Formats: sequence, structure tokens, C-alpha cells
Amino acid sequence: MTVESTAARKPRRSAGTKKSPSTKPELVQLLTPEGKRVKHAENAVYDKYVADITPEDLRGLYRDMVLTRRFDAEATSLQRQGELGLWASLLGQEAAQIGSGRALRDDDYVFPTYREHGVAWCRGVDPTNLLGMFRGVNNGGWDPNSNNFQLYTIVIGSQTLHATGYAMGVAKDGTDSAVIAYFGDGASSQGDVAEAFTFSAVYNAPVVFFCQNNQWAISEPTEKQTRVPLYQRAQGFGFPGVRVDGNDVLACLAVTKWALERARSGEGPTLVEAYTYRMGAHTTSDDPTRYRGDEERLAWEAKDPILRLRQYLESANHADEGFFAELEAESEALGRRVREAVRAMPDPDHFAIFENAYADGHALVDEERAQFAAYQASFADAEGGK
Amino acid sequence: MAEKMALAKAVNESLRKALEADPKVLIMGEDVGKLGGVFRVTDGLQKDFGEERVIDTPLAESGIVGTAIGLALRGYRPVVEIQFDGFVFPAYDQIVTQLAKMHARSLGKVKLPVVVRIPYGGGIGAVEHHSESPEALFAHVAGLKIVSPSNSSDAYWMMQQAIQSDDPVIFFEPKRRYWDKAEVNTEAIPGPLHKAQVVRAGTDLTLAAYGPMVKLCQEVADAAAEEGRSLEVLDLRSVSPLDFDSIQASVEKTRRLVVVHEAPVFFGSGAEIAARITERCFYHLEAPVLRVGGYHAPYPPARLEEEYLPGLDRVLDAVDRALAY
Ligand SMILES: Cc1ncc(C[n+]2csc(CCOP(=O)(O)OP(=O)(O)O)c2C)c(N)n1
Ligand SMILES: [Mg+2]
Repeated sequence: MTVESTAARKPRRSAGTKKSPSTKPELVQLLTPEGKRVKHAENAVYDKYVADITPEDLRGLYRDMVLTRRFDAEATSLQRQGELGLWASLLGQEAAQIGSGRALRDDDYVFPTYREHGVAWCRGVDPTNLLGMFRGVNNGGWDPNSNNFQLYTIVIGSQTLHATGYAMGVAKDGTDSAVIAYFGDGASSQGDVAEAFTFSAVYNAPVVFFCQNNQWAISEPTEKQTRVPLYQRAQGFGFPGVRVDGNDVLACLAVTKWALERARSGEGPTLVEAYTYRMGAHTTSDDPTRYRGDEERLAWEAKDPILRLRQYLESANHADEGFFAELEAESEALGRRVREAVRAMPDPDHFAIFENAYADGHALVDEERAQFAAYQASFADAEGGK
Repeated sequence: MAEKMALAKAVNESLRKALEADPKVLIMGEDVGKLGGVFRVTDGLQKDFGEERVIDTPLAESGIVGTAIGLALRGYRPVVEIQFDGFVFPAYDQIVTQLAKMHARSLGKVKLPVVVRIPYGGGIGAVEHHSESPEALFAHVAGLKIVSPSNSSDAYWMMQQAIQSDDPVIFFEPKRRYWDKAEVNTEAIPGPLHKAQVVRAGTDLTLAAYGPMVKLCQEVADAAAEEGRSLEVLDLRSVSPLDFDSIQASVEKTRRLVVVHEAPVFFGSGAEIAARITERCFYHLEAPVLRVGGYHAPYPPARLEEEYLPGLDRVLDAVDRALAY
């Protein structure tokens, strides 16, 4: 009793300052930050998925990352110029997105957050279509079914349940397609995500939960969300979790292929934690100097996903000067195309407000639309009369 | 002391005062610490009051409100921030099934002095889920009190009163007015939290609004004055309870009422006002109570919000229609 009451009076340590257990979790890495190909025995299970990768494939991954970064930079500057209202940059997360995105088959289905521009690229979604919602001309901008790439989801975590349900449907249909849900370290705290883990485990749904742990949820570091490495959460739900070097495109490709194969062969869900870093601000509205220093970013700069693959391509003689020069030109052309497309993007018709509120129509929407039309016409009359 | 300050700063000062006055007051939410919130409403508070009292929570709204309920049960007075209107829904269950009802279920034994701050409304050119006005979804629930200040002074004092309230209060902050400056007298004795205020006296028609639409209604009254019409503007301040007595008093004088809110008109707070005022003032009314608000459609993308939101012309149009009766 005495002991207890003393304990109760002792000042507790602030939740924010206590460190996570220090056991260093393993990280699947196939390319070191210096661009060296590593083959560990314990990585063999993943390594086999990239064992027969060709120089051409590698150049393809490199090209994807470079073009995605170029597109992203263009979007950031379009926001600065006032052409977009907001932009959520993926800078630093190219390997996680291209590696996982290129692991997918066409018939697989993707459930993204708002930052999956690299995955969208892999799915063949025209990058200019991603910009509509950031410009404020629509709330989506592409047909989710034409590339099996769902609309961006802003409400954190929701899409993990949609992915799970979609995967339940895939399983019922008896096909071997797989589903992948993207989410962030911050999202891992949402109840929806825990419920997605539960449902997917219980129904053995063919879904891959791909968490990009970019170390930050706006201003909150990952320690504010979890006391265990995120990939370890899967175990408690009854499926495997793996941490992969999220700046290593080869490892991301291999681990995602492994997880997708598990899904296809009826082994159920997998959690992949891609350990990476948000190099830029949360969005163009954010000011990261308020909550994080430069040292951290500089340390991650040394692990840059693009640089690392370039070093590997060069040292292995898989790409020559001509390739890089051509890519540079392609990159510039993409930037130009995006710029022009955005500037040419028309404002939506006013009546778009009322469109598609319902699939089967709704009397009140019709009535309000008619009132709106009459109201707008009254200005035309007034102006015409002047 | 009277000082001009932005509405966001007024909330900040009010939270600061509450933290100083009562050690049981806590601030909780996403990014409320070092960042000071995405609108800087909690700027500097963690630095001055520490991480034990100004708490960056995990990214989980149900968790934020649910744990605030637990803390309130333990004697604390949590003031929680929901980052944007559209993100309150993961917490909707906790708010509706627990926060609103626990006092009644405990036969009055338990009090839940929780304030849920929600920056709401449109007009800032934001992406989806950042511009909504969900107040009616909460007003329908008994057990919750719902207020929305329109200016810095009210933001300051109403926050003081909300924190002192033993009932849960949903505090809707008009985010597009965060940067508007006005005089705040931090020593004045404020009026009751749930009482409406006539912010402009008039004789021909009453415009009733709260939060972001009060300023618009004042502009409408200015424009109407140029055409020789005298509009009264009533700042309702509180959506639940609604101060029907003040609306009635105004309408008995002006005989016409237009209610303006950003939220969709269908099943909105204007519908409740229209019905009750029609009952109370049937023989005084010269025109039906008209409403101006959002349409029965999802909040549109930013480049359409000017068309969607009530603006000067749309309110004037309603004024004309009411006066035409
Ligand atoms: C339900 C909900 N709450 C709050 C927000 C506001 N918000 C937008 S992004 C974000 C942080 C997300 O962090 P994380 O999941 O790590 O993804 P990241 O942005 O780092 O890619 C927050 C809090 C939101 N969009 N949805
Ligand atoms: Mg993150």
C-alpha cells in the first residue's frame, strides 16, 4: 500500500520523451545507400523476386523515379505560381512508390492516400490528371477503374478498409488478383487501419498494407504514434510484417512482389513498412522549420533513392551517358507538358456542383439546380438589359 | 485591456488564460504542440505549459475525443482540436454516443466538461474535407452545446465560457475569419454564452447568422442600406441552444427573416429557426422565413465554392424576395 502510494505520487515520465525499445529492427535492403548490391542469406526469400531483373528493368525503375521526381517538382512550383492551391510532395519517397508500384500486375487494385504520385505513374494515370484536385477543379480527376487506381483519399486511413473489402471481393470471385493499400505512419494510429488489419486477417483477404513510414505525420514524429516498429504490429493481428528500406527501389520491388504473391496464393494479408523520409514539407502549406531541424534531412539526403540506383547503374555499367542525357530531356519535356496542361485546365462549369451527387437522381438536387439556373440567368438578363 | 487581435490569436489568448487559471485544463490534438496547430491557434502554448498539458496526440480522432472523455471523468477539462471540419467523423461515434449522453445516463452524477474545437467552413480555397459546415449534424444531438463566434472578442470570451461549461461544447471556429482583426477587451464582463446579439439594428428585415456568415450579413446590410433598406443583423453565436427569444424580438419588429449559413439548407439550422419562428411569430410575419445556404450536393472543389457558398448577391436576392411579399 505504502509502496503503491509512493509510486503514484512519483512524477511520471512524459509520454513524448520516453524512447521506444532499442532493439534495432531488421530492414530488408538489397542496395546500400552507396549503390552496392547486397546479398544476405536472410534476404534470400525476397532476393529471388529480383534475381532475374535485367539492366533494362533497372533503367526503367530509374526512369520512373526520375520522371516522378520531376513531375513532383513541377507541381510544387506550379503551386508557388498560384496554379495549384496545394501540393503534397512525394520527394524522397520515390523508391517506395516505384518499387511497390512496379511490383503490381495490371489486374491488381490500388488504394492510395494523397501522396502516391509515383504509384499513379506506374499505373499509367496521366500525371496531369492528378493535379485537378490540387488545382481545385475537381475532387478526383480520373476514372478509378481504368487503371485500377482508386481516387486519392484525404481522410486518413479510410482507404485501408476499402482495400480490405475489395480484396474480400477478389477472394470471393476466385481470381488471383491482389490489392494494395497505401497509408502513412500517422495513419497507423487510426481505428480504421486497425479494423482493416482485423478484417483482412479474419477473412484472409488478399491485400498488402503498404505503409510508407516517412518519419513524420505533419509535425509529429513516428514516436508519437507507436512504441514498437510499425511492421511488428502485424503479428498481433495474425499476419506477417516486414520492414524494408524504403529508399531502396529493388528491395521495395522484391518485398512487395513477395507480399503480393502471398496474397495471390491465398496466404492472406501482409504489412510492409517502407522505412523512408519525407524530404520536403508535409504539403506546400506546411512550414517544417517549426518542428524539425536540418540534420535529420541531411542524413537522409545521403540515402537518396535515385542517387543510389544511379550509382549502381553506373558501377555495373548498366547505363551510359546517352541514357542519362535522354532521360534528362524526357524529364524536361514532362515538366513542360505538365505545366502547359495545368495552365490550360479550364475552371469547371458552375453546374458541376449538382452533377453526380446521386447515381439515380434526387428531386431536391433537381430543384436546387433549377433555382440556381434561374438565379444565374437573372444576372445575364440584368447585364443584357444594361 | 483592450487590444486588436486576429480571431485565431484571440482563441490562442483565451486558451492561454484558461491554462493559466486552471491546472486541470488540457489542450489535445494533432499537431497542436510544436507546430501550434495548422492554423497556429495553439502557437506557443506547448512551449509555455509543457507537453503534459498541451498534448500532441496520435493521429486518431476517435482516440482524441474518447480519451478526452476519460480525462474529464478523472476531473480534467480537455480542450481538443479537430484539425478540420471534415475530420471530425472518426470521432462522431464518441461524441454522439458517449460525450453527449453520459451526463444523462449517470443521472447527473457525471459531468463532461470537454470542448471540441473545430475550424469549419469554406472560402479558403482548400481541398476536399477542409471546408465543410457540419454543425447541424451535432445540433440534432441532445447533450451537446454548439457555439460559433463570428469575431475576435466573442472568440475570446466564448472560449472562456465554453471551457467553464460543465456540458460538452462543440466550438466551431470560422476558419476563413481567423485572420480578421477586431478589438478584444480581456477585462469586459461577457454576456451569456448562448445569447444572440444584435450587431446592427434595422427595421425592414432581420438577417440571422452565426460564425463566418455574420460578416457577410453586415456587408449585405451595408449594400441594402444604399438602396434605402434597413436590415437588422443578428449574430446568433449559439446553434444549440438557439436564442429564439432574441430572434422573435427582432422579427416582431422587422416582420421578415432571412437565415444565412454555409451549411446545406436541407435539414440545416435555418430549417429549425424557420419552423419555430413561424410558430412564434405567425401573425407578425409579412413573408415566409427564407434561408440561404449550401446546396444538397457534396462541397464542391475550390474553384466552384464561390458559386456554392452564400455570397453578397445571393443573400441580397433572398432579401429582395422576402421584401417583395
Ligand atoms: C481523419 C483525418 N484527420 C486528420 C487529417 C489531417 N492530416 C492530413 S495529412 C495528416 C498527417 C498524415 O501523416 P501520415 O499518415 O504519416 O502520412 P504522410 O502525410 O506523412 O504521407 C493529417 C493529420 C486528415 N486528413 N484526416
Ligand atoms: Mg508520414
